[in-house]
Amino acid sequence: MRIPILRLGRILLVSIQVDLTDTDAMQFQSDLVARVAEIEALGVAIDITALDVVDSYMARVINDTASMSRLLGAEVVICGVQPFVALTLVEMGRELLGADCAFNLDQGLEMLRERIAQRGDAELGEDDDAWPINN
Amino acid sequence: MRRGELEHGPRSEPHPHGVETAATPDSLSLSITVEADIMAACREARLLAERAGLDRTATYHVATAVAELATNLVRHAGGGRLSLRRLLTPPGVELIAEDRGPGITDLRLALSDGYSSAGSLGCGLPGVRRLMDTFSIRSAPGEGTRIEATKWIRP
Repeated sequence: MRIPILRLGRILLVSIQVDLTDTDAMQFQSDLVARVAEIEALGVAIDITALDVVDSYMARVINDTASMSRLLGAEVVICGVQPFVALTLVEMGRELLGADCAFNLDQGLEMLRERIAQRGDAELGEDDDAWPINN
Repeated sequence: MRRGELEHGPRSEPHPHGVETAATPDSLSLSITVEADIMAACREARLLAERAGLDRTATYHVATAVAELATNLVRHAGGGRLSLRRLLTPPGVELIAEDRGPGITDLRLALSDGYSSAGSLGCGLPGVRRLMDTFSIRSAPGEGTRIEATKWIRP
């Protein structure tokens, strides 16, 4: 199953809604890095609101995906970690999710926007209209 | 190890996802060979844990432990069986993961944080041990692995 990658100006949105098999995960990661490089994305929001069981394998896929995007130069935020996922991940081991997290997509995009503005190296979109928040 | 009594119920319908099962509502035995079986096992475990009366946190702990153990069966052992059952006295849920895979050479190493033989995070087995209330493992090279773990229902 292929994960859609949505573009919002120079930010990419992905929402993981099912557990990924190895093949799915590799496909997803290569699709995402290709897209990040193609549009020189400044930010990537990974939404996992729909995942209610995250085992160490899924945690690794999410971490790896975040690291790959960061290596290319994008800011990354993970959105929507469910309360029971948080309880379980911390019980299982330290540092299972390494990237920064936000309550939801809305807050995640806000965080990305702030961080990109702090970097000050590029504009978010071709024009201000490409950024729907606060407009 | 203290063992609970198994409650018997009527045989259930064949598994809708084609997973081989021998199930009563309070116990089931799943054959785990491919990645799709992991998700099915995880779902079944959650339902069983809920029926058994575990609270939500404990239910997610059990479901995650099942995901870890099932992942190990697929990745390291070339498949195996995962059994889940509801225990009555004392109340809880028991998981047994059994395979005839290559076995684990160094158990202490496999149970330590940060060790992984498959390039993952290295917290699968130690993670399961922390998520569950009891945890025991028996393994020898060439003879496969058997892991038993229990989660008790807190009064």
